[in-house]
Amino acid sequence: MDWINVIIQGVLVGGLYAMFAAGLSLIFGVMRLVNIAHGDLIVLAAYLALVITQTLGIGPLTALLIVVPAMALIGYLLQRILLNRTLGDDLLPPLLVTFGLSVIIQNGLLTVFTADSVKLQAGAIEVDTVRLAEGIYVGVLPLLQFAVAVAVIGGLQFVFYRTALGRAFRATADDPAVAQLMGLDNRHVFALAMALSLAVVAIAGVFLAVRANFDPSQGPARLIFGFEAVIVGGLGSLWGTLAGGLILGVAQAIGAHLNPGWQILAGHIAFLIVLAVRPQGLFPKVRM
Amino acid sequence: MSDSKRVRVVFESRASRIALVLFALGVIALAAAPYWGGRDDLQLLAEIYAYAALASLWNLLAGYAGLVSVGQQAYVGLGAYLLFALAILLGLSPLWALPLAGIISGLVAMPVAGLVFRLRGHYFAIGTWIVAEVFRLAASQVSLLGGGSGTSLPASMIIAIAPSRALRDAVEYWVALALALTILVAIVLLLRSRYGLALKAIRDSEVAARCSGIDVMRTKVLVYIVTACGTAMVGALIFLQRLRISPDAAFSVNDWTAFVIFITVIGGIGRIEGPIIGTIIFFVLRQTLADLGTLYLMMLGLVAIAVMLTAPKGVWGLIAERFGFSVFPLERRVILDDGTARK
Amino acid sequence: MPDPSAAPLLAVRGLDAFYGDIQALFGVSMQVAPGEAVAVIGANGAGKSALLKSIAGLLRAPRDAIVCEGEPIGGMAAFAVAARGIALVPEGRGLFPSLSVEENLMIGGQLKRAGPWSLQRVFELFPVLAERRNLPSTALSGGQQQMVALGRALMANPKLLLCDEISLGLAPIVVRDIYARLPAILAQGTSIILVEQDIVQALKAAQRVYCLQEGRVALEGATKALTREQIAAAYFGV
Ligand SMILES: Nc1ncnc2c1ncn2[C@@H]1O[C@H](COP(=O)(O)OP(=O)(O)O)[C@@H](O)[C@H]1O
Ligand SMILES: [Mg+2]
Repeated sequence: MDWINVIIQGVLVGGLYAMFAAGLSLIFGVMRLVNIAHGDLIVLAAYLALVITQTLGIGPLTALLIVVPAMALIGYLLQRILLNRTLGDDLLPPLLVTFGLSVIIQNGLLTVFTADSVKLQAGAIEVDTVRLAEGIYVGVLPLLQFAVAVAVIGGLQFVFYRTALGRAFRATADDPAVAQLMGLDNRHVFALAMALSLAVVAIAGVFLAVRANFDPSQGPARLIFGFEAVIVGGLGSLWGTLAGGLILGVAQAIGAHLNPGWQILAGHIAFLIVLAVRPQGLFPKVRM
Repeated sequence: MSDSKRVRVVFESRASRIALVLFALGVIALAAAPYWGGRDDLQLLAEIYAYAALASLWNLLAGYAGLVSVGQQAYVGLGAYLLFALAILLGLSPLWALPLAGIISGLVAMPVAGLVFRLRGHYFAIGTWIVAEVFRLAASQVSLLGGGSGTSLPASMIIAIAPSRALRDAVEYWVALALALTILVAIVLLLRSRYGLALKAIRDSEVAARCSGIDVMRTKVLVYIVTACGTAMVGALIFLQRLRISPDAAFSVNDWTAFVIFITVIGGIGRIEGPIIGTIIFFVLRQTLADLGTLYLMMLGLVAIAVMLTAPKGVWGLIAERFGFSVFPLERRVILDDGTARK
Repeated sequence: MPDPSAAPLLAVRGLDAFYGDIQALFGVSMQVAPGEAVAVIGANGAGKSALLKSIAGLLRAPRDAIVCEGEPIGGMAAFAVAARGIALVPEGRGLFPSLSVEENLMIGGQLKRAGPWSLQRVFELFPVLAERRNLPSTALSGGQQQMVALGRALMANPKLLLCDEISLGLAPIVVRDIYARLPAILAQGTSIILVEQDIVQALKAAQRVYCLQEGRVALEGATKALTREQIAAAYFGV
């Protein structure tokens, strides 16, 4: 029973990691950009939700209605104003600029909100549980979060493969010069991809904030979890990313169950093992 | 060439010879610092040397070998922890533990390279960061070294360095200066060797380099290991001076990677002089803006972004372009004995 | 029959074009009338692709050097040129490998310009594509891929279609098959610039020809008025 519970908890957390990963994977697929500030943007979204719930007196889930478009707008402008200028053959500019951004966001949050950890209160839903089987109870909130994660991945999959926007993403990723001949403005397409990525970040950030305490220094770890899920799942595959998130979540849950100090380490080790024995990931697909 | 004029290959130009002499005089003056400076001066200077060395090493890695790592704190912390472990657990004198920490870290870097080199480009960067996190978390599991809260160097070890405090300060200062100079010279020699030529070829075109028989991977792995070794020794020295270690301090991404990257980019990446200029700028700004705290870090990040986007060769790049000048010449010039030079 | 004296759809005037520091075109001038098919021929490296890329906005050009319907479009971004109804079929086809045949066509039509061409009409022009609409574009034969590239450009309902070596790497019978569809395109009022190294087909299909040699126009005229010798001289520079 004990172990079943551990694994269920891991799977439910894994959904959150898959959301961290999906946004990362999306922009890498479209413009070969790895956003080192990704984790800090998740934490930024969490703080944005905190401010909104406190000033408007609304619940975290309602706050999504504001946080998601706000983060999408930030993503669009960020890409349009800053990150588009870093794209090219040279690896260094995008890495350095997003790394700088990460430091700036993290320390900016630290200046405004201090290093004290905070949490978003979601009310009664936080303690509600449902019984899955004899002796196995799961929280409604983790379950909801997991369902949202699956929906987000499914939604992204739909956008990518079934809509004009997704077609534009894939065409621009294939060949940006020829995509322009189709009337697509790369700068706009890239900015839309970043907007979508940060919309997912916003959802992930709000759930992060409801689940547990957070503070400004947590960004890099969220980036790393997302990244690990992407690599474990296999580059370019959204469902693979979900699987990668779940594996990471379960590995962490098992580690934590053995020794509370091993939670994060166990996740990293699972990642390193996959990297050592199957560097292409478990469900690779070369292109998105 | 039809006529058989004699040809020499040289690195220096007249301007760089003068600059090198000035540099040597500067080093002598700095070596005498224990005689003219106070304790605070020595500590500040040692910190400057440490950052100049870390930035030069990162520059070798990212600027010359194209390996953009954001995880060099892994080796700062590893070197530091090895020094403490060798001293506390094996009773080794810290001054002997220092080079040993470097060598062991170089050995550790080999299997690590085997893993992170499976990730390309951008993903390599994050892979190195994960390695640093693994080291940090592992270090906090070592209860013999204080676990998550860290430990201090015992007094007996400190006294083993030198009996009096003034002498100890001087010894540590000289070690810091010597280490930084050694690293700088080693980098210059490496870049002048055939590995340096290989790196330049790889930087110009990796495909072309591979076609002309350069083992690109081997060269990059070599640079990665050498850098790890140097970074670890600097890390060991930094924490020898602090006398206290903890996982969060030793594996800090802000202190050992963010600052180092910003210094290198602002100074000028891909040039030997860049990290040195960057370090000077960094410390001048820090001494004047010391009270700004986190704002200082944000400001530095903004400046680095601005430099990357508007003047990617950094401050030294601007100077060198204007004056056509370099202190550590790496370019070979072929001299015909009638006195004409060609590149 | 198009009237060459009418106001030109496209006018190129004294165009210099560069790949980085390398100059590819030197003062090239040309005109295309509405509904006209113009051939641009020349040896490998003559600058034919540079000319089409400049028109399409993929290479920088001075503003006034390229004029479309009286409006200067030189140096305009490629996506904005496309929106004005100039579609390029790039050399080597440039299909999107991760898109299916149908998706490749649809993305060509994503500007939603009004006109005669639709998915339906393209499938009528190239029936073989209808059968393979759901395959990845990479699964098709070279000739069929070229049809996708042409169809994709038509989906934008262009006023001017730029074709860069559509015969490249195709068997002669396939080339003839593709060229046989061009009259149907011209019949819709679309003008075409046909860039070719293989001059026989191009000269048959076009009313006028420009011959490029080392980045300069070496010869121009109505195809019927020029002799083989004149063209050979301009082509090879002998
Ligand atoms: N990407 C490029 N970079 C530099 N020079 C190029 C490039 N592409 C073509 N060139 C040069 O520009 C000239 C014209 O090339 P191009 O327009 O491709 O000729 P064509 O299409 O007639 O074969 C040639 O001399 C060619 O070598
Ligand atoms: Mg060509």
